[in-house]
Amino acid sequence: MIFVGIEVIGRVPSVLHTPLMSGANAIHGVVVIGAIIVMGKAESDNYLALILGFLAVILGTLNVVGGFVVTDRMLEMFKTKKKNTNTN
Amino acid sequence: MGLNLLTICYLIGSVTFILGLKMLSNPVTARKGNLIAASGMLVAIIGTIFLYEENGTRLGNYIWIFGGLLIGSVIGTLAARKVKMTAMPEMVSLFNGMGGACAALISLVEFNHISKELAINNSIEYISSIQPTVLIIVLGLIIGSVSFAGSMIAWGKLNGKVKDFSFTGQNILNLLLLAVALAAGVYLVIHPENNFLLYGILVLSLIYGVLFVMPIGGADMPVVISLLNSFTGVAAACGGFLYDNKVMLTGGILVGAAGTLLTILMCKAMNRSLVNVLVGSFGGNNSSSAAGSKDQGHYKEISLNDAATIMSYANKVIIVPGYGLAVAQAQHSCHELEKALNEKGVEVKYAIHPVAGRMPGHMNVLLAEADVSYEKLQEMEQANDEFKTTDVVLILGANDVVNPAAKNDTSSPIYGMPILEVELAKNIIVNKRSMKPGYAGIENDLFFQPKTSMLFGDAKKVLQDLLGEIKNV
Repeated sequence: MIFVGIEVIGRVPSVLHTPLMSGANAIHGVVVIGAIIVMGKAESDNYLALILGFLAVILGTLNVVGGFVVTDRMLEMFKTKKKNTNTN
Repeated sequence: MGLNLLTICYLIGSVTFILGLKMLSNPVTARKGNLIAASGMLVAIIGTIFLYEENGTRLGNYIWIFGGLLIGSVIGTLAARKVKMTAMPEMVSLFNGMGGACAALISLVEFNHISKELAINNSIEYISSIQPTVLIIVLGLIIGSVSFAGSMIAWGKLNGKVKDFSFTGQNILNLLLLAVALAAGVYLVIHPENNFLLYGILVLSLIYGVLFVMPIGGADMPVVISLLNSFTGVAAACGGFLYDNKVMLTGGILVGAAGTLLTILMCKAMNRSLVNVLVGSFGGNNSSSAAGSKDQGHYKEISLNDAATIMSYANKVIIVPGYGLAVAQAQHSCHELEKALNEKGVEVKYAIHPVAGRMPGHMNVLLAEADVSYEKLQEMEQANDEFKTTDVVLILGANDVVNPAAKNDTSSPIYGMPILEVELAKNIIVNKRSMKPGYAGIENDLFFQPKTSMLFGDAKKVLQDLLGEIKNV
């Protein structure tokens, strides 16, 4: 998997460093699955687990959703530009 | 049955992550790649909620889970939609911190489970059976909380709330902190009944995260964010080991590896080693005091009218955008200026330094927003070949990336960083808000050279005024 990661990033134009970093940022939001499992396993009288798990789910979701939306917004701009170059 | 379906969900998730990241590295497919990875994430999350089982029981507490997902989604979407393009890097850093915090919290809760079990059953067999788990929990906690604390500081630095701060011996203290945290972690793995140690590790890691980013100057922040990004990836992978969860493993390791490589690529773009970035305390106290004592010389100003005239009668103009352009949101005015000059038969290009702005590619994103065509953007090497034949270079709020000290002043903290060699051009017009030094906190000799003239003011306002003048020429 490490090699896949290296292979994938290998030759990237510096234009795409920011969106790529942001996209990778969203992907590690996959940690939210761990939070969901923690939350789902918590006994209903274990308040520590419930509260921390709940917080973890919120933060993890923030990471995933925010990450993908921000990346999309960055890339949106590349798309409009792409169209223009085609029509020119 | 449910478990098999879940395996398929996770497989879909893993494949989309790899595919998505691959597509993100090509301008044409990037947006689709992002959407593919996002939909894979959705499949994996929904699969987990409804199909995950442990010892035959499904997950409970649906209200809490959905509540958390809902709150996170709403805040995340709003924050990401509302943020200005200039504040993008901060946002990425903030979200990254959230991921790190999430990983740390998981570790805390999981350890809580284990210590409850331990209170009932502390036989040697049980202890040795949980030791690998404890090791992963500790690792996840350390990496997650360092990433969280570091990202918060990076976020604060980028939006100007946190200033550079360093003291002598800080590097030694940092290493010491990390060593103590790691030693406590090892001890905890051997004697997992000392559950208070976990909180000690948490505190130490948080302090380490803060002190680790504190002395690093703003110019190096992109590298740090990228590094912390890969940290969070590794923290997520720890979670993957903890639950033997394939999709978390794939996502985490993928980001960990890709993030590390991206970090190295960025360092290369600035011609600095990673160690140099982390230990060098770039733009910290030492360099700014050194710069302050230097004789500043004289600079000359240029009027809007004169600037408009020399640009209108030039054959080739190259625009060098920097953070000042981003702050002033002047990308549209910049494009207008380019069009006006084109109509007068002037060739206009943009020279993009790999680390101009606050993130690599920051300028490309901004100019793309203003519909500047892709072919007009030139990377550093191309641009450096063209400066010789350029009549006017217009620098918009860039500073360190055109500072000749990087080439000829060995004592300068940015010595060795490749720069845009604008001094090769016939005329240089620099737009800045004031004579204040740039983000790295060092003076720029370029501004005092005879070929250079200054045009003070907010980039957007100056560009608009300049545009008016050019139309009148």
